[in-house]
Amino acid sequence: MKEIASMHHVTFSYDTEEEGSSLISNKALDDVSFTLYEGQWLAIVGHNGSGKSTLAKLLIGLMFPSSGEVNLFLESLSEENLWEMRSKMGIVFQNPDNQFVGSTVQDDVAFALENNGVPHEMMVKRVHEALEQVKMTDYVNHEPHHLSGGQKQRVAIAGALALQPELLILDEATSMLDPQGREEVIEIVKKLRTEIGLTVVSITHDLEEVLLADRVLVMNEGKVLMTGTPHEIFQQGTELESIGLDLPFALRVSELLRDTGVELQGNHMTEEELVNELWTFHFSK
Amino acid sequence: MLEKMIIGRYIPGNSIVHRMDPRSKLLFVFLFIIAVFLANNVASYAVLLGFTVFVIALARIRPYFLVNGLKPVIFLIAFTLLLHLFFTREGAILFEWKFIKIYEEGLRMGIFISIRFLVLVLITTILTLTTSPISITDGLETLLNPFKKLKLPVHELALMMSISLRFIPTLMDETDKILKAQLARGSDLSTGSIKERVQAVIPLLVPLFVSAFKRAEDLAVAMEVRGYRGGEGRTRFRQLSWQTRDTGVLIAFVILVAVLAWVRK
Ligand SMILES: Nc1ncnc2c1ncn2[C@@H]1O[C@H](COP(=O)(O)OP(=O)(O)OP(=O)(O)O)[C@@H](O)[C@H]1O
Ligand SMILES: [Mg+2]
Repeated sequence: MKEIASMHHVTFSYDTEEEGSSLISNKALDDVSFTLYEGQWLAIVGHNGSGKSTLAKLLIGLMFPSSGEVNLFLESLSEENLWEMRSKMGIVFQNPDNQFVGSTVQDDVAFALENNGVPHEMMVKRVHEALEQVKMTDYVNHEPHHLSGGQKQRVAIAGALALQPELLILDEATSMLDPQGREEVIEIVKKLRTEIGLTVVSITHDLEEVLLADRVLVMNEGKVLMTGTPHEIFQQGTELESIGLDLPFALRVSELLRDTGVELQGNHMTEEELVNELWTFHFSK
Repeated sequence: MLEKMIIGRYIPGNSIVHRMDPRSKLLFVFLFIIAVFLANNVASYAVLLGFTVFVIALARIRPYFLVNGLKPVIFLIAFTLLLHLFFTREGAILFEWKFIKIYEEGLRMGIFISIRFLVLVLITTILTLTTSPISITDGLETLLNPFKKLKLPVHELALMMSISLRFIPTLMDETDKILKAQLARGSDLSTGSIKERVQAVIPLLVPLFVSAFKRAEDLAVAMEVRGYRGGEGRTRFRQLSWQTRDTGVLIAFVILVAVLAWVRK
């Protein structure tokens, strides 16, 4: 498997000026290591302030680690190869309004292409393809304030896809959306992954998104608390709850049921799994 | 009142004027503003007015809509006319009643200046009515391109303009939201002395500024990660195309100047 990105013992602190102008630095990331392979979907979870966004910023080279190394596409990320690396990845942030640069949908999608000096004919083609991938072709000439939050995020994804990136990072890209918008965006990312084998890093509080991932990285106070498949991670129910994370609804229900003496078999991540076990419960006796 | 104002507004359409290249329209308006000062007699002002009406017809803008939208400007024009009537004291006296005297020259000057003003407002309004702000920005950027040699940051200015235009509706929504939030907390903007009202605006402006700065910061990050590093080596998605009709605009201008030169005193 081809390595897409990795971090090796990365530590990072923001320098914050406290009263009395003594520089205190708190570690936003503390000895973080992980490797991401081609085609994987990595979900990063953790409560507020656990360092998830900091991790994303280091990956895309907005800041450099205080110590440790960030590797992208098997090369160490540095000032020299920064722009080249950025042209191979896309990132979508939380606020749909604050990342819409162009005055219309197609201008916004073209923005990264313009910056990278892509010739005009190629640009027109790529913009159209990218909009097709996120199902926004009907809105090419729309202005941002005439779009819903979900649509704006889809445009942001198209803007990232236009460069044909190898890695897509979503930093809570769905957290400001209503359930429908969230669904739309997740559907698109799911589709992209099966169709073009895109590697995805999604930072999220949404459990449905976590369940879609191949691997989960749980962050706590700047450290990687644990990593594993969603199933493995959610086995550690009490530990997750102790750092302030929610468990999926189905998992909580099945745990409560077990506590009250209903002898359920497996661990249920999704409501569907739980319902399936429940309605066949008496047959299997 | 403000909704009806059409100065600076863009109304999408498909007339020949709408479809013209923004560069030719901008150039034309710029040259027209200079040419207006050539007019100095009845015939030349009539030519100007006739030409403007012709452009309005070409742009397929309903005269009623224009008149309605320009009402405040029309008041201003009427006011200029009155000033000239009362304060220019040259030529024969046309009308006299008690202390009011209206002179021939006053009437003539008043009408001429009003027509000049009206024609300028109409032509620039037609420009903005038929050209989207973003096209105007594109046009300006290309027209000003030669000035890059003089270290004028043309690309940056154009980008600033287009981003500001893009954020106007967003910030309007935001203002509305903050206003409602403050109203719900008992803030009162519509009563009280002027001082009290100004004070009531502060809690509105502060959050607006804070959020605008936050947005600016986010936007800068979003631009950087998408590879923006200034105008160097950038290609453009929006392409302007100069058509025969755009050359036609310039020819029309030359003809207009020729006619003006011929009929003026
Ligand atoms: N610009 C900054 N300057 C100083 N400290 C910062 C800055 N940004 C984040 N921090 C601090 O770094 C730590 C990690 O923040 P980070 O934004 O990475 O958290 P997060 O996991 O993304 O949280 P959230 O879920 O709220 O987005 C926090 O303690 C935060 O206070
Ligand atoms: Mg964050």
